[in-house]
Amino acid sequence: MGGSISVFSSFGPQDIMYLAEAAGRTLLISIISISMGSLFGVIFGWMLYEGRLWGTFFLSPILDLFRSVPLIIQLVLFYNFAPIVGLNLDAFESGLVVLTLYTASLVANVARGGIEAVGVPMRRAARSLGLTYWQDLRCVVFPIGVRAVFPSWVGVALGVLKDSALVSVLGYVELVKASQILMTRTQEPLLIIAIAGAFYFALSYPISRFSAKLENRWSQ
Amino acid sequence: MFEYNFHWRPVFRSLPDLFDAGLITLQVATFAMVAGIVLGLTLAAIRLNMRGPMYWFATTWIELARNTPALFQLFFFGFGIGAFGIHLTPYMIVFVGLTFNSAGYLAENFRGGFRAIPVTQLHAARSLGMTNWQVYTRILVPQVLRIVYYPMTNQFVWVVLMSSLGMLVGLRELSGETQFFASKTYRIFEYFAVTAIIYYVMVKVILIIARLLASRLFRY
Repeated sequence: MGGSISVFSSFGPQDIMYLAEAAGRTLLISIISISMGSLFGVIFGWMLYEGRLWGTFFLSPILDLFRSVPLIIQLVLFYNFAPIVGLNLDAFESGLVVLTLYTASLVANVARGGIEAVGVPMRRAARSLGLTYWQDLRCVVFPIGVRAVFPSWVGVALGVLKDSALVSVLGYVELVKASQILMTRTQEPLLIIAIAGAFYFALSYPISRFSAKLENRWSQ
Repeated sequence: MFEYNFHWRPVFRSLPDLFDAGLITLQVATFAMVAGIVLGLTLAAIRLNMRGPMYWFATTWIELARNTPALFQLFFFGFGIGAFGIHLTPYMIVFVGLTFNSAGYLAENFRGGFRAIPVTQLHAARSLGMTNWQVYTRILVPQVLRIVYYPMTNQFVWVVLMSSLGMLVGLRELSGETQFFASKTYRIFEYFAVTAIIYYVMVKVILIIARLLASRLFRY
Protein backbone atom coordinates (compact mmCIF):
# COMPACT_ATOMS: atom_id res chain seq x y z
CA MET A 1 0.00 0.00 0.00
CA GLY A 2 1.55 3.24 -1.14
CA GLY A 3 -0.36 5.75 0.94
CA SER A 4 -0.12 4.03 4.29
CA ILE A 5 0.54 6.17 7.31
CA SER A 6 3.36 4.91 9.47
CA VAL A 7 2.21 4.71 13.06
CA PHE A 8 5.62 4.29 14.57
CA SER A 9 8.31 6.73 13.51
CA SER A 10 11.73 7.09 15.00
CA PHE A 11 12.99 9.75 17.33
CA GLY A 12 13.81 12.98 15.53
CA PRO A 13 15.16 16.41 16.39
CA GLN A 14 11.65 17.91 16.61
CA ASP A 15 10.95 15.48 19.44
CA ILE A 16 13.68 17.08 21.51
CA MET A 17 11.86 20.37 21.08
CA TYR A 18 8.67 18.62 22.19
CA LEU A 19 10.42 17.38 25.34
CA ALA A 20 11.90 20.82 25.96
CA GLU A 21 8.42 22.35 25.78
CA ALA A 22 7.22 19.71 28.22
CA ALA A 23 10.13 20.55 30.51
CA GLY A 24 8.94 24.16 30.32
CA ARG A 25 5.50 23.04 31.50
CA THR A 26 7.07 21.05 34.35
CA LEU A 27 8.93 24.21 35.32
CA LEU A 28 5.79 26.35 35.00
CA ILE A 29 3.59 24.25 37.27
CA SER A 30 6.48 23.82 39.75
CA ILE A 31 7.37 27.50 39.96
CA ILE A 32 3.77 28.62 40.44
CA SER A 33 2.97 25.98 43.04
CA ILE A 34 6.28 26.42 44.88
CA SER A 35 5.89 30.19 45.15
CA MET A 36 2.22 30.10 46.13
CA GLY A 37 2.78 27.13 48.42
CA SER A 38 5.72 28.85 50.10
CA LEU A 39 3.64 31.95 50.70
CA PHE A 40 0.83 29.95 52.31
CA GLY A 41 3.39 27.76 54.05
CA VAL A 42 5.04 30.73 55.75
CA ILE A 43 1.65 31.96 56.93
CA PHE A 44 0.75 28.48 58.20
CA GLY A 45 4.16 28.17 59.85
CA TRP A 46 3.60 31.45 61.67
CA MET A 47 0.15 30.24 62.73
CA LEU A 48 1.65 26.97 63.99
CA TYR A 49 4.14 28.96 66.03
CA GLU A 50 1.78 31.56 67.43
CA GLY A 51 -1.58 29.81 67.63
CA ARG A 52 -0.70 27.46 70.43
CA LEU A 53 -3.70 25.18 71.07
CA TRP A 54 -5.34 26.05 67.80
CA GLY A 55 -2.19 25.25 65.90
CA THR A 56 -1.44 21.93 67.54
CA PHE A 57 -4.96 20.53 67.57
CA PHE A 58 -6.45 21.93 64.41
CA LEU A 59 -3.98 23.19 61.82
CA SER A 60 -1.16 20.74 62.40
CA PRO A 61 -3.27 17.55 61.87
CA ILE A 62 -4.70 19.01 58.66
CA LEU A 63 -1.26 19.84 57.30
CA ASP A 64 -0.10 16.42 58.43
CA LEU A 65 -2.71 14.82 56.15
CA PHE A 66 -0.93 16.10 53.06
CA ARG A 67 2.30 14.50 54.21
CA SER A 68 0.76 11.15 55.14
CA VAL A 69 -1.15 10.38 51.97
CA PRO A 70 0.67 9.67 48.69
CA LEU A 71 0.63 12.69 46.40
CA ILE A 72 -0.71 10.59 43.55
CA ILE A 73 -3.76 9.66 45.66
CA GLN A 74 -4.27 13.32 46.59
CA LEU A 75 -4.16 14.28 42.91
CA VAL A 76 -6.65 11.63 41.77
CA LEU A 77 -8.88 12.36 44.74
CA PHE A 78 -8.98 16.11 44.17
CA TYR A 79 -9.36 15.75 40.40
CA ASN A 80 -12.45 13.61 40.96
CA PHE A 81 -13.70 15.63 43.90
CA ALA A 82 -13.71 19.04 42.21
CA PRO A 83 -16.60 18.27 39.82
CA ILE A 84 -18.67 16.95 42.74
CA VAL A 85 -18.69 20.40 44.34
CA GLY A 86 -19.25 22.01 40.97
CA LEU A 87 -15.75 23.14 40.09
CA ASN A 88 -14.64 22.60 36.53
CA LEU A 89 -10.88 22.28 36.80
CA ASP A 90 -8.62 20.90 34.12
CA ALA A 91 -5.54 18.80 34.81
CA PHE A 92 -3.25 21.81 35.15
CA GLU A 93 -5.49 23.64 37.63
CA SER A 94 -6.16 20.55 39.75
CA GLY A 95 -2.46 19.73 39.78
CA LEU A 96 -1.68 23.30 40.75
CA VAL A 97 -4.12 23.29 43.67
CA VAL A 98 -2.87 19.97 45.05
CA LEU A 99 0.81 20.80 44.58
CA THR A 100 0.31 24.19 46.23
CA LEU A 101 -1.36 22.67 49.28
CA TYR A 102 1.28 19.95 49.41
CA THR A 103 4.09 22.52 49.25
CA ALA A 104 2.37 24.66 51.87
CA SER A 105 2.13 21.74 54.28
CA LEU A 106 5.85 21.01 53.87
CA VAL A 107 6.94 24.65 54.02
CA ALA A 108 4.81 25.28 57.13
CA ASN A 109 7.07 23.05 59.20
CA VAL A 110 10.19 24.59 57.69
CA ALA A 111 8.89 28.09 58.44
CA ARG A 112 8.03 27.19 62.01
CA GLY A 113 11.57 25.85 62.41
CA GLY A 114 12.86 29.14 61.08
CA ILE A 115 10.89 31.16 63.61
CA GLU A 116 12.01 28.86 66.40
CA ALA A 117 15.63 29.27 65.28
CA VAL A 118 15.47 32.91 66.36
CA GLY A 119 16.12 33.00 70.08
CA VAL A 120 13.52 34.42 72.42
CA PRO A 121 16.08 36.79 74.07
CA MET A 122 16.81 38.29 70.65
CA ARG A 123 13.14 38.97 70.07
CA ARG A 124 12.70 40.44 73.53
CA ALA A 125 15.66 42.69 72.87
CA ALA A 126 14.08 43.82 69.62
CA ARG A 127 10.80 44.56 71.35
CA SER A 128 12.50 46.46 74.17
CA LEU A 129 14.25 48.62 71.60
CA GLY A 130 10.80 49.78 70.65
CA LEU A 131 10.10 47.67 67.56
CA THR A 132 6.48 46.71 67.07
CA TYR A 133 5.51 43.05 66.68
CA TRP A 134 5.48 43.32 62.89
CA GLN A 135 8.76 45.20 62.75
CA ASP A 136 10.25 42.49 64.94
CA LEU A 137 8.96 39.80 62.54
CA ARG A 138 10.08 41.65 59.43
CA CYS A 139 13.46 43.01 60.49
CA VAL A 140 14.68 40.45 63.03
CA VAL A 141 12.93 37.11 62.71
CA PHE A 142 12.71 37.01 58.92
CA PRO A 143 16.39 37.63 58.04
CA ILE A 144 17.70 35.26 60.71
CA GLY A 145 15.07 32.59 60.19
CA VAL A 146 15.53 32.52 56.42
CA ARG A 147 19.23 31.88 56.81
CA ALA A 148 18.59 29.07 59.24
CA VAL A 149 16.13 27.15 57.09
CA PHE A 150 17.00 28.17 53.54
CA PRO A 151 18.66 24.81 52.72
CA SER A 152 15.64 22.85 53.91
CA TRP A 153 13.37 25.13 51.92
CA VAL A 154 15.44 24.42 48.80
CA GLY A 155 15.09 20.72 49.60
CA VAL A 156 11.30 21.09 49.71
CA ALA A 157 11.25 23.09 46.48
CA LEU A 158 13.35 20.50 44.65
CA GLY A 159 11.11 17.76 46.06
CA VAL A 160 8.05 19.51 44.63
CA LEU A 161 9.79 19.98 41.28
CA LYS A 162 10.33 16.22 41.13
CA ASP A 163 6.91 15.37 42.52
CA SER A 164 5.28 17.49 39.82
CA ALA A 165 5.99 14.47 37.61
CA LEU A 166 2.91 12.90 39.18
CA VAL A 167 0.59 15.46 37.60
CA SER A 168 1.09 13.38 34.45
CA VAL A 169 -1.44 10.97 35.97
CA LEU A 170 -4.17 13.56 35.39
CA GLY A 171 -3.09 13.98 31.78
CA TYR A 172 -1.14 17.24 32.03
CA VAL A 173 1.56 16.93 29.39
CA GLU A 174 4.73 17.66 31.35
CA LEU A 175 8.04 15.83 30.99
CA VAL A 176 6.95 12.38 32.11
CA LYS A 177 3.69 12.41 30.16
CA ALA A 178 5.47 13.74 27.07
CA SER A 179 8.08 11.02 27.29
CA GLN A 180 5.35 8.41 27.68
CA ILE A 181 3.71 9.72 24.52
CA LEU A 182 7.01 9.61 22.65
CA MET A 183 7.81 6.13 23.98
CA THR A 184 4.54 4.85 22.59
CA ARG A 185 5.23 6.39 19.19
CA THR A 186 8.92 5.70 18.71
CA GLN A 187 9.30 2.49 20.69
CA GLU A 188 12.69 3.70 21.89
CA PRO A 189 12.11 3.93 25.63
CA LEU A 190 15.71 4.01 26.83
CA LEU A 191 16.73 7.00 24.70
CA ILE A 192 13.66 9.02 25.64
CA ILE A 193 13.91 8.19 29.32
CA ALA A 194 17.57 9.22 29.26
CA ILE A 195 16.70 12.58 27.67
CA ALA A 196 13.81 13.25 30.05
CA GLY A 197 16.04 12.29 32.98
CA ALA A 198 18.71 14.66 31.71
CA PHE A 199 16.15 17.48 31.71
CA TYR A 200 15.17 16.78 35.31
CA PHE A 201 18.78 16.48 36.34
CA ALA A 202 19.67 19.73 34.62
CA LEU A 203 16.86 21.50 36.49
CA SER A 204 17.53 20.01 39.89
CA TYR A 205 21.26 19.39 40.23
CA PRO A 206 22.56 22.97 39.83
CA ILE A 207 20.08 24.24 42.41
CA SER A 208 21.00 21.56 44.93
CA ARG A 209 24.72 22.25 44.44
CA PHE A 210 24.14 25.99 44.76
CA SER A 211 22.20 25.51 47.99
CA ALA A 212 24.89 23.23 49.43
CA LYS A 213 27.51 25.86 48.62
CA LEU A 214 25.44 28.59 50.21
CA GLU A 215 24.89 26.46 53.29
CA ASN A 216 28.63 25.94 53.61
CA ARG A 217 29.33 29.64 53.31
CA TRP A 218 26.69 30.63 55.85
CA SER A 219 27.75 28.05 58.39
CA GLN A 220 31.27 29.46 58.52
CA MET B 1 -25.21 21.36 46.59
CA PHE B 2 -24.14 17.80 45.88
CA GLU B 3 -25.70 16.48 42.73
CA TYR B 4 -23.46 13.48 43.05
CA ASN B 5 -24.65 10.32 44.74
CA PHE B 6 -22.00 8.71 46.83
CA HIS B 7 -21.95 4.93 46.68
CA TRP B 8 -19.85 3.48 49.43
CA ARG B 9 -21.14 -0.07 49.36
CA PRO B 10 -18.87 -1.42 46.60
CA VAL B 11 -15.91 0.05 48.47
CA PHE B 12 -16.85 -1.68 51.69
CA ARG B 13 -17.37 -4.93 49.83
CA SER B 14 -13.83 -4.80 48.45
CA LEU B 15 -12.22 -3.69 51.70
CA PRO B 16 -10.67 -7.14 52.33
CA ASP B 17 -8.98 -6.98 48.92
CA LEU B 18 -7.71 -3.50 49.70
CA PHE B 19 -6.27 -4.66 53.01
CA ASP B 20 -4.52 -7.55 51.24
CA ALA B 21 -3.11 -5.06 48.75
CA GLY B 22 -2.01 -2.91 51.68
CA LEU B 23 0.07 -5.84 52.88
CA ILE B 24 1.78 -5.98 49.48
CA THR B 25 2.51 -2.26 49.82
CA LEU B 26 4.08 -2.82 53.24
CA GLN B 27 5.99 -5.86 52.01
CA VAL B 28 7.55 -4.21 48.98
CA ALA B 29 8.32 -1.08 51.00
CA THR B 30 10.00 -3.11 53.75
CA PHE B 31 12.12 -5.10 51.30
CA ALA B 32 13.11 -1.93 49.45
CA MET B 33 13.95 -0.21 52.73
CA VAL B 34 16.15 -3.06 53.98
CA ALA B 35 17.96 -3.30 50.65
CA GLY B 36 18.20 0.49 50.61
CA ILE B 37 19.83 0.57 54.04
CA VAL B 38 22.43 -2.04 53.07
CA LEU B 39 23.21 -0.33 49.76
CA GLY B 40 23.07 3.12 51.33
CA LEU B 41 25.63 2.15 53.96
CA THR B 42 27.84 0.72 51.24
CA LEU B 43 27.54 3.84 49.09
CA ALA B 44 28.28 6.10 52.04
CA ALA B 45 31.35 4.05 53.02
CA ILE B 46 32.59 4.11 49.43
CA ARG B 47 32.14 7.86 49.18
CA LEU B 48 34.03 8.43 52.41
CA ASN B 49 36.91 6.02 51.88
CA MET B 50 37.57 5.43 48.22
CA ARG B 51 38.93 7.37 45.28
CA GLY B 52 38.69 6.76 41.57
CA PRO B 53 36.00 4.85 39.69
CA MET B 54 34.23 3.46 42.78
CA TYR B 55 33.87 6.98 44.19
CA TRP B 56 32.40 8.25 40.95
CA PHE B 57 30.07 5.29 40.69
CA ALA B 58 28.69 5.95 44.17
CA THR B 59 28.45 9.69 43.56
CA THR B 60 26.62 9.22 40.26
CA TRP B 61 24.16 6.82 41.89
CA ILE B 62 23.45 9.20 44.75
CA GLU B 63 23.08 12.30 42.56
CA LEU B 64 20.86 10.50 40.02
CA ALA B 65 18.65 9.11 42.77
CA ARG B 66 18.32 12.50 44.44
CA ASN B 67 17.91 14.70 41.39
CA THR B 68 15.36 12.82 39.28
CA PRO B 69 11.75 11.96 40.16
CA ALA B 70 11.05 8.55 41.67
CA LEU B 71 8.44 8.01 38.98
CA PHE B 72 11.11 8.54 36.34
CA GLN B 73 13.35 6.00 38.07
CA LEU B 74 10.53 3.44 38.08
CA PHE B 75 9.98 4.04 34.37
CA PHE B 76 13.68 3.49 33.78
CA PHE B 77 13.61 0.13 35.51
CA GLY B 78 10.23 -0.65 33.97
CA PHE B 79 10.71 0.26 30.34
CA GLY B 80 14.21 1.67 29.89
CA ILE B 81 16.27 -1.40 30.63
CA GLY B 82 14.09 -3.38 28.25
CA ALA B 83 16.60 -2.12 25.68
CA PHE B 84 19.18 -4.39 27.31
CA GLY B 85 16.78 -7.32 27.15
CA ILE B 86 15.95 -7.18 30.85
CA HIS B 87 12.24 -7.37 31.62
CA LEU B 88 11.20 -7.15 35.26
CA THR B 89 7.84 -8.02 36.75
CA PRO B 90 5.87 -5.07 38.16
CA TYR B 91 6.78 -6.14 41.68
CA MET B 92 10.48 -6.20 40.82
CA ILE B 93 10.21 -2.82 39.06
CA VAL B 94 8.83 -1.21 42.20
CA PHE B 95 11.29 -3.03 44.45
CA VAL B 96 14.35 -2.17 42.37
CA GLY B 97 13.20 1.41 41.71
CA LEU B 98 12.46 2.17 45.36
CA THR B 99 15.71 0.50 46.46
CA PHE B 100 17.70 2.61 44.01
CA ASN B 101 15.93 5.75 45.21
CA SER B 102 16.12 5.17 48.95
CA ALA B 103 19.74 3.96 48.79
CA GLY B 104 20.63 7.33 47.27
CA TYR B 105 18.77 9.35 49.90
CA LEU B 106 19.90 7.18 52.81
CA ALA B 107 23.54 7.28 51.68
CA GLU B 108 23.62 11.03 52.29
CA ASN B 109 22.09 10.57 55.74
CA PHE B 110 24.58 7.84 56.57
CA ARG B 111 27.47 9.96 55.36
CA GLY B 112 26.46 12.63 57.85
CA GLY B 113 26.19 9.91 60.50
CA PHE B 114 29.67 8.56 59.79
CA ARG B 115 31.06 12.09 59.95
CA ALA B 116 29.49 12.58 63.39
CA ILE B 117 31.53 9.75 64.91
CA PRO B 118 34.94 10.91 66.16
CA VAL B 119 37.73 9.48 64.01
CA THR B 120 39.61 8.53 67.19
CA GLN B 121 37.17 5.65 67.64
CA LEU B 122 38.25 4.25 64.31
CA HIS B 123 41.92 4.61 65.26
CA ALA B 124 41.35 2.98 68.63
CA ALA B 125 39.54 0.02 67.09
CA ARG B 126 42.21 -0.37 64.43
CA SER B 127 45.00 -0.32 67.02
CA LEU B 128 43.17 -3.07 68.91
CA GLY B 129 43.78 -5.20 65.86
CA MET B 130 40.34 -5.07 64.25
CA THR B 131 40.16 -5.25 60.49
CA ASN B 132 38.48 -2.45 58.57
CA TRP B 133 35.42 -4.66 58.06
CA GLN B 134 35.18 -5.35 61.78
CA VAL B 135 35.52 -1.67 62.61
CA TYR B 136 32.66 -0.86 60.29
CA THR B 137 30.28 -3.65 61.24
CA ARG B 138 30.92 -3.60 65.01
CA ILE B 139 31.82 -0.01 65.86
CA LEU B 140 30.66 2.47 63.24
CA VAL B 141 27.51 1.09 61.64
CA PRO B 142 25.63 0.43 64.91
CA GLN B 143 26.27 4.01 65.99
CA VAL B 144 25.36 5.44 62.61
CA LEU B 145 22.06 3.56 62.57
CA ARG B 146 21.31 5.06 65.95
CA ILE B 147 22.23 8.59 64.88
CA VAL B 148 20.09 8.49 61.74
CA TYR B 149 17.21 6.55 63.28
CA TYR B 150 14.66 9.36 62.92
CA PRO B 151 15.62 10.33 59.37
CA MET B 152 15.39 6.61 58.60
CA THR B 153 11.83 6.31 59.90
CA ASN B 154 10.93 9.33 57.76
CA GLN B 155 12.54 7.66 54.80
CA PHE B 156 10.53 4.50 55.42
CA VAL B 157 7.32 6.54 55.43
CA TRP B 158 8.41 8.08 52.12
CA VAL B 159 9.06 4.62 50.69
CA VAL B 160 5.58 3.46 51.71
CA LEU B 161 4.06 6.54 50.09
CA MET B 162 6.22 6.21 46.98
CA SER B 163 5.23 2.58 46.51
CA SER B 164 1.90 4.02 45.37
CA LEU B 165 3.68 4.69 42.08
CA GLY B 166 3.35 0.95 41.58
CA MET B 167 -0.08 1.65 40.14
CA LEU B 168 1.58 3.30 37.13
CA VAL B 169 3.73 0.27 36.32
CA GLY B 170 0.98 -2.28 36.85
CA LEU B 171 1.61 -3.50 40.38
CA ARG B 172 -1.57 -4.31 42.29
CA GLU B 173 -0.45 -2.89 45.61
CA LEU B 174 -2.84 -0.66 47.57
CA SER B 175 -3.02 2.09 44.94
CA GLY B 176 -2.98 -0.28 41.99
CA GLU B 177 -5.75 -2.37 43.52
CA THR B 178 -7.73 0.80 44.22
CA GLN B 179 -7.38 1.93 40.64
CA PHE B 180 -8.42 -1.52 39.44
CA PHE B 181 -11.63 -1.42 41.48
CA ALA B 182 -12.23 2.24 40.70
CA SER B 183 -12.14 1.64 36.98
CA LYS B 184 -14.28 -1.47 37.36
CA THR B 185 -17.05 0.22 39.32
CA TYR B 186 -16.46 3.85 38.30
CA ARG B 187 -16.68 4.97 41.94
CA ILE B 188 -13.31 6.69 41.65
CA PHE B 189 -13.74 9.26 44.40
CA GLU B 190 -15.10 6.80 46.97
CA TYR B 191 -12.34 4.27 46.38
CA PHE B 192 -9.51 6.75 46.51
CA ALA B 193 -10.94 8.44 49.60
CA VAL B 194 -10.92 5.13 51.46
CA THR B 195 -7.42 4.37 50.21
CA ALA B 196 -6.22 7.75 51.42
CA ILE B 197 -7.53 6.89 54.89
CA ILE B 198 -5.81 3.49 54.79
CA TYR B 199 -2.50 5.14 53.86
CA TYR B 200 -2.92 7.70 56.62
CA VAL B 201 -3.56 5.04 59.24
CA MET B 202 -0.67 2.96 57.94
CA VAL B 203 1.74 5.89 58.20
CA LYS B 204 0.58 6.77 61.70
CA VAL B 205 0.92 3.16 62.88
CA ILE B 206 4.44 2.98 61.42
CA LEU B 207 5.44 6.17 63.23
CA ILE B 208 4.00 4.93 66.53
CA ILE B 209 5.78 1.58 66.20
CA ALA B 210 9.02 3.37 65.33
CA ARG B 211 8.70 5.52 68.45
CA LEU B 212 8.02 2.50 70.66
CA LEU B 213 10.97 0.67 69.10
CA ALA B 214 13.18 3.67 69.71
CA SER B 215 12.35 3.75 73.41
CA ARG B 216 13.22 0.05 73.56
CA LEU B 217 16.37 0.14 71.45
CA PHE B 218 17.94 3.30 72.77
CA ARG B 219 17.82 2.51 76.47
CA TYR B 220 21.26 2.71 77.92
